[in-house]
Amino acid sequence: MIGADLAVLIPEIVLSIYAMAGLMLAVYTTKDGMAPALTYATAAVFAIMALYIAATGQGDASSFGGMIVVDDFARFAKIVILLSAAAILIVGQEAMQKSGLGRFEYPMIVTLAVVGMMVMVSAGDLIVLYMGLELQSLALYVVAALRRDSVRSTEAGLKYFVLGALSSGLLLYGASLVYGFAGTTLFAGIIEASMGGMSLGMMFGLVFMAAGMAFKVSAAPFHMWTPDVYEGAPTPVTALFATAPKMAAMGLFARVVYDAFGMAISDWQQIVAALAVLSMFVGAIAAIGQTDIKRLMAYSSIGHMGFALMGLASGTGQGVEAMLIYMAIYVTMNIGIFSFIMSMEKDGYPVTDISALNGYATAQSGQALAVLVLMFSLAGVPPMLGFFAKYAVLVAAVDAGLVWLAVAGVIASVIGAYYYLRIVYFMYFGEPREGLNGRMSIIQFLGLTISAVVMIAGIVNLFGIDHLAANAAQALVR
Amino acid sequence: MGVADITFYAFSTVLVAAALLVVLARNPVHSVLWLILSFLSAAGLFVLLGAEFVAMLLIIVYVGAVAVLFLFVVMMLDVDFAELKAGMAQYMPLALLIGVVLLIQLGLAYGTWAFSDGIDTRLGNPTPAIDQMHNTKSLGMILYDHYMLVFQLAGLVLLVAMVGAIVLTLRHRVDVKRQNVLAQMYRDPAKAMELKDVKPGQGL
Repeated sequence: MIGADLAVLIPEIVLSIYAMAGLMLAVYTTKDGMAPALTYATAAVFAIMALYIAATGQGDASSFGGMIVVDDFARFAKIVILLSAAAILIVGQEAMQKSGLGRFEYPMIVTLAVVGMMVMVSAGDLIVLYMGLELQSLALYVVAALRRDSVRSTEAGLKYFVLGALSSGLLLYGASLVYGFAGTTLFAGIIEASMGGMSLGMMFGLVFMAAGMAFKVSAAPFHMWTPDVYEGAPTPVTALFATAPKMAAMGLFARVVYDAFGMAISDWQQIVAALAVLSMFVGAIAAIGQTDIKRLMAYSSIGHMGFALMGLASGTGQGVEAMLIYMAIYVTMNIGIFSFIMSMEKDGYPVTDISALNGYATAQSGQALAVLVLMFSLAGVPPMLGFFAKYAVLVAAVDAGLVWLAVAGVIASVIGAYYYLRIVYFMYFGEPREGLNGRMSIIQFLGLTISAVVMIAGIVNLFGIDHLAANAAQALVR
Repeated sequence: MGVADITFYAFSTVLVAAALLVVLARNPVHSVLWLILSFLSAAGLFVLLGAEFVAMLLIIVYVGAVAVLFLFVVMMLDVDFAELKAGMAQYMPLALLIGVVLLIQLGLAYGTWAFSDGIDTRLGNPTPAIDQMHNTKSLGMILYDHYMLVFQLAGLVLLVAMVGAIVLTLRHRVDVKRQNVLAQMYRDPAKAMELKDVKPGQGL
């Protein structure tokens, strides 16, 4: 019986054992000398696990009495998490070495964070949800403060830690209220308890949990930590923050609202819609004045989370499908953009100031073109894939009768287009000054161009992810 | 009123009073001492409930380890609490307002509290009655059987905490002479000292 339970969790178990084995191996050999090899090995293990999940995944499986649920939704989210984390590790490896952060613990902590994320998206129980969330968050607090002799990085880590602990407290309090009403921590039991309508106490629990989860996806008004943490953390770590954890937190959000509160869609719909509107506008307006590209990407991620939440807010299978497509495309764009940001350097020092991009197109026309494609895609300009992502969530919102939300989304995306286009303007029409003069490494170049090519080539058939997302959404919304 | 009632009220009164004094005490060291008293009273309440394992855990882990660690930290660190409190006073009215509003809202929620239908079947009865099984044993059965997965995940969280603490604080200093145990153990006494016959009037 225990064997069957564990068989459902093979990817998580393999990754945990791999992390422990990797730590032991590096400690007893050359320690930080192992960092590059371990990073690539970790990325390879992630990719193999993603393949394993894709190959073995059929139907629904649950283990430990329903505490872990592995369905198409969980598999979709896990594959996105694993592949994006692998890509970020490979792309960021050189930047880590260059800035003296080639610690062998880094890939191992990321592995444990990924285990936490995978548990989050397949949680079927409030306690499992919380443990997955804490495993992921604690690992991310550590990597945010990885550059420990920099005040900024330690500030980022500490700020993330304190505010993250606060949000975990909110979530836990909400979970305790829900347990108090339902008498069980299993999602299956909670949905059964809310059959006959939500009581006031259960609503309180839902609101507290939504606040905690909104913090984890950095949706406004729980977004304050994002710019500081993105700016302070080392760039490869920032790239990690902007990809895999976002997918995990959105997956968790969707799982809680559907698996546990699927009977009360109208109750949480307004909360999620409010979060979506606020995030879209905060992301669009606050980014305008930014001069640091990492801060800008932080506000950009807040705005994008707003759009993804719009898909969730529609409360339909179509909405969840749109949200999953949105997240997959968003993560791909971010891998490209951050490959570029990691390569931004002047005289051997990393630069994150946007004005350094002035006249970049004359110096490096190929890379500038790739960045242009990605910026257009982030802004949602039609021929690029980013437009189809936005289109999917807008259609889902309109079909669900939330026309006002869709209109607000369109307005916010028009405002937001300004700062993406401003970067393109700087690159192509800015006064050429003594700007960036570092050379991009092959891997970063590949990350940037592949991501940009995907943004254009994907418009043919979205590489078929829409079918996978549809299946995933069907598994969640029954 | 039986003995159990009197004991309950005694422990509860001490617990609430001690908890208040934790916050009100001016000297942080006194605060920690009051905290220890409140832990002990809580442990007494657990014993009254028949949960002696949790009571012992509270004393061993919280009083024995956490609170003592607290005490050390408070004594060792030179934190100017007066200065910290000065900044606090500035935001006090706002914090009080939010706190009171939240309290009233929660009061409303708890006032109309209603359990969901069929809560009894969902609550089930995870452990046998207290006269049938020792509560240490039933706790073990829940923790290592029913919640085995969560227990292992908690282990992973602790692993991350440990690795993280090492990553963020361990520094390998190169200018320190370290003890080499093996070199000490394999030291050959015969070669430790060399006798030289120095002729008078000549150097080495």
